[in-house]
Formats: sequence, structure tokens, C-alpha cells
Amino acid sequence: MSARDDVLSRIRKAVAGAEPAEDVPRDYRASYDVGNVVDHFADMVADYKATVRRVGRVDLAAVVAEEVGGRRVGVPAGLPTEWYAGIDAVVDAPPLSIPELDQLDGAVTGARLGIAETGTIVLDGGGRSGRRAITLVPDWHLCIVEASQVVGSVPQAVMTLEPRVPITFISGPSATSDIELNRVEGVHGPRTLNVLIVDD
Amino acid sequence: MTDHPTRTTALPWPRRHSTPFPQAAKIKLADTQLRRNLRKATTTIRAKRAAVVGELPDWEELREAARATKAATLRELDVHLLRLEESVTAAGGKVHWARDGAEANAMVAAIARGHGVDEVVKIKSLTTDEIDLNVALAEQGITAWETDLAELIVQLGHDESSHILVPAIHKNRSEIQQIFTDSGLDPASDSPADLAGAARRYLRERFLRAKVGVSGANFAIADTGSVVVVESEGNGRMCLTLPEVLVTVMGIEKVLPTWQDLEVFLQVLPRSSTGERMNPYTSIWTGVAAGDGPQEFHLILLDNGRTRALADEIGRQALQCIRCSACLNVCPVYERVGGHAYGSVYPGPIGAIITPLLQGMHGSESLPYASSLCGACYEVCPVKIDIPTVLVHLRDESVQSHTRPTVNDVAFRSLAWIFGDRRRYEKAQQLGKLGTPFGSVFRPWSASRGPLAVAPQSFRAWWQENHR
Ligand code: SF4
Repeated sequence: MSARDDVLSRIRKAVAGAEPAEDVPRDYRASYDVGNVVDHFADMVADYKATVRRVGRVDLAAVVAEEVGGRRVGVPAGLPTEWYAGIDAVVDAPPLSIPELDQLDGAVTGARLGIAETGTIVLDGGGRSGRRAITLVPDWHLCIVEASQVVGSVPQAVMTLEPRVPITFISGPSATSDIELNRVEGVHGPRTLNVLIVDD
Repeated sequence: MTDHPTRTTALPWPRRHSTPFPQAAKIKLADTQLRRNLRKATTTIRAKRAAVVGELPDWEELREAARATKAATLRELDVHLLRLEESVTAAGGKVHWARDGAEANAMVAAIARGHGVDEVVKIKSLTTDEIDLNVALAEQGITAWETDLAELIVQLGHDESSHILVPAIHKNRSEIQQIFTDSGLDPASDSPADLAGAARRYLRERFLRAKVGVSGANFAIADTGSVVVVESEGNGRMCLTLPEVLVTVMGIEKVLPTWQDLEVFLQVLPRSSTGERMNPYTSIWTGVAAGDGPQEFHLILLDNGRTRALADEIGRQALQCIRCSACLNVCPVYERVGGHAYGSVYPGPIGAIITPLLQGMHGSESLPYASSLCGACYEVCPVKIDIPTVLVHLRDESVQSHTRPTVNDVAFRSLAWIFGDRRRYEKAQQLGKLGTPFGSVFRPWSASRGPLAVAPQSFRAWWQENHR
């Protein structure tokens, strides 16, 4: 018997005669109402020691340039060019190699959505989010979230997301509490996460 | 620093030891550094968890949904696993089935060798610890680099993990600096930031050159074939994204039926686990994505005793566990003795039930007694595993498995009875010291193995401070 058949038959034997599977009650909140979800999102992101700035759309390119400063940054091919018009960015097309990414000082990307209740940014591996390595190898990440992309709750986010692409939830910069439970921001991945929220 | 400072992973150090809980607990209780660290850790995490759980008005509804989802999935586990296999395959992944750890280890080794590598980068995973994957790989000449900071500390210190979530909780900063310096990592000081920085530099070159990554999984979605890894440090993202080949070893109980189920588990896990609204990084991938991440993905579905646990009507609920470690942090016994005393990769209240359920009673008879049955573990469990009930059930089995009560049975039952009640406990301590007949319940094993496995004064002090 193959391992597959063996495991499956052990499972069937183990649950034979048990009560039928129960229905799952979903009595928890589907949405999250906090008045202004964008304000709440900004507060929650800041709570993770990421820096948050609110900007008007007209000022976006200037603010991006200011944030980037002298850094050499990579951007996904799908990032609207007018967002980074003020800087000289390295576009990830054709795809940069890992050593090339390692030479960058940072990355500027968009996002798929933001979750207010948890202060989470969700990247979906394509378009303006970029493939995963871009927001992982460089040490600095500037992430641009449009106010209209912010949803209230985790269930709202899960419902919106398309499962077939690589998805990354980011809630603050990477962190460890492994040494005497002291939180240290930035272990692997970008040690600094800056978030721009674009208000229309 | 040599090129392979942790080549000693080739020496199989014991991940589990066979010292029964009472003796191991005694040894550990004498270690005051461990006790201080554990106490600080559990107190901090308990408070954080309580705060973020308190933020959710629907916490009980989420718990109930989480429990029911897991219970219903286990009831039809075969159906969900077949569906998962189909979805992962359709998305370009390859699914393998392993009856036990040896089969799973051989598969990982074969995949690594097939790509001609002698090293893999690895994300902390209890499942791969459970099957001693690193040792098995080392025997094949393959080094597994542990990339979690705590796991790195444990690996470089040739030590064992003592907590599911913070495995190096028993080491303080100066001990960690020593371990790093001995291994050539060169931390600038013993500040947590400098220690983390040293680990970042050390691991980064390994991430960037790695061809094969190995991970566990927190969840896998049958409907879509998506696999989920929840983490804090970013080493997970490194292992899941940069290598050309990814191998994920997953216990069969980790499957969830639908994408929607994530809306429950991505809420209850981080809040229960690290006490955060959301952990820093959660990665979700579905098979292989062109131009993004590993272009070869293997998912190994591991039984290794899970179907044995599933056959136990009362015990099967232990398979609902999402390894959040909340039950460890509220357990008075765990706080006193630490993870090592359990002699298993799964410590604490959940370890006391899952270890004998997965492996059978042989060798872990004492574990179901490593509890006072106070019920705190059940109250915090995000999937509502009734650990006290399973403990009592396993105690019965442990006793019944002998034709007549052994000295240990009597001793452990007494220990359980005493742990179960504060007044009884205090009384026993006083009387035990005076050597009255009441104190003699300890004698069967205390006579041959030393005094009661708990430091009486401090346990009582702790108890009064915390449980009034
Ligand atoms: S038994 Fe419950 S509380 Fe304990 S680790 Fe598992 S899920 Fe968490």
C-alpha cells in the first residue's frame, strides 16, 4: 500500500462511527466600524513603530522624493510612474537578480490593501505591490497605500483577496522578542517600514 | 570563524530525553536563571495577550468558529487532504505523503540531494523538530541552517528549545552573547539590538545563496491549495521567497477547508500567540508563481502518529491545536519548571497531552500528570481544547496500561491530587517536611529519587501572589 493510501485508510478508520461533521457558526463580526477607517489604520500602523504620513495626491511625488532622499531604490514595474516622478528609481523590469536587489538601499511599492483593525498592509505579489523579493532584500521599504484601499477588518480583507497570487501581510517592521523578550525591530527583511497614505 | 561553524549539527544531540517529568522538573526547578526568565516571559506575554484579546468584542464567537472549523475538518480529514492535494497539484506544486518522520526526512533529503546541495535554510517548525529532520539531514551530509533567532541560539548553543514560541527563553543576553562569540558571530555588545544585528549578518549570506528552503506550515487551504506561514522576524519570508526550491513539511491536521477560514485563524492566532493584533509577517503562497519565489514546491503531508491521536475519541481534539502557546504561558506548572522538563518538542499543557497521543503512552506516562488541572489552559485556548479533560482521560489510560499499579502510578496520582488543590498542596508541603504519614505520599519516588519536584516555598509564594 502506498503511504498515501495508508494514511487515508488510517484516517477513515480513526473517525469511523464518530458524529457527523458539525456546522461552523460564524457569529463573529464580518466588518469593523470605527468611524473613519483610514484614521484608525494610520493609528494602528504607527502603533507598530512604522512611520506613517498622510499626503494629498498632488503632493505624492514630492513626498516620495523627500522620503527616499539619497537612497538608491527599486520599484515594481507596475507602480504608477507619476508616484515616483521626482526620483531616479531602478525599475524591476527585467527582474533584478538577488545580488542586484542586495545592492539597493530600499524599495518603493504600492499595496493591495490595508486593514484598519490590525494596522496591516497586504501585498499581492504583482502590479504595484511588486514580487516578494523586492520588499524583502533591501533594508528600507516605503509603502504607498491609497485611502480607498483601506478596509476595516481581517474578514473584509480575506474576502477581497485573490488566493492564487503570493500574498504577504505586513504589520510593522520585522521584529523579534527572542532575547529576554525585548522587542528588537528589524531582524531580516527591511528594518525600516515607512507608510504613506494617499488621501484623495 | 570556519565556513561551517555549526557543522556539529552532524552530531545528533538529543532533542528529547527520557527523564520522566518529576525528576526532570526537579532538576529544572533548581535552575533559578531559567525560572526568572520564564516568569518574566510568561508574565509579559500573558498581559499582552489579555490586552489584545480584550479588544475584540467577538472573541468568544471567533473561538467557537475556530474550534468548530477544526473539529469539522478533522471529522472529514481524508476528504480535505485529497482536495488539498488536488489544489496544490493544479497550482504547480507536488504533494507527498509520509506515514512517519523517517519517510518525511528521507523525502526532504532526496529533494535536496536531487538539487545537488549540501545545505538548506530552514524556518523554525515544531513539526520538523518532532521528526528530527536536522539530524536526519546531517546524516546525509546536508546542513540545515536554522534561521529563527531563537533557533539559531539554540542550535549554536547545542541546546534544546524550551518554549514553542520563544525557544531560547531560558537564555539571558550575556549567555547569548557568549554563544554567539564562541561561534564566531562577533556581536558588538550584549544588547538585544546588537545580538539581533549579528544574527542578521550571519544569516543573510546563507539566505542569499540558498538553493533549497524548508518550512513548516501554520495552515493550508484545501479549496485553493494555499499554504500559510505566520512569523515575526522575516526569516520565514527569506526562506519562502529566495530559494529556487521550497519543501514544506506539514502535519495532516493543519489543513483548513476554505479560504474564508483564514479570516478566523488570522485573527485568533496572532492575538493568542505573541499578543499582537497581527504578527509582523504572514506569507501565503499557492503552488508556484511564475517569476516570483521558488519555481519548485513540494508539500509533504505527515502522519507520524496523528491518525493514532485521531482514533482517540476524547484525545482527538488535541489535533485542533494551532501551536499558539497561550496555554504554556498561563500554566503554573510550566512557569515553574520550563519546557525542557517535559522531555518533548511539545512542552506545557498541550505537550502533556499531544506527546502521549502521538507517540503512545510508552515513555511518556508521566506527562499527563504534569498539571494541576486548574483549567487556565482551556480558558485561553483559541480552539477550545479541553486539556484538563484529556489529561484525566490519559491518566486513566496510563494507569490502565499496567496490570497493576506501579510505584509511579501511585506517586503520579498523588502528585496530581496535590497539584489539584491549593490547600492540599500547602498542607502536603508542611507535612512532607515534617515527615508525617500525609507527607509519605511522596515517598515512593521521593525515597529513591530525591524530594518533591517543586521548590515548596517559592511555588506557594508564587501561587499566593497570582491566584488570590
Ligand atoms: S492547545 Fe490551545 S492554547 Fe495550547 S498551543 Fe494549542 S491552540 Fe494554543
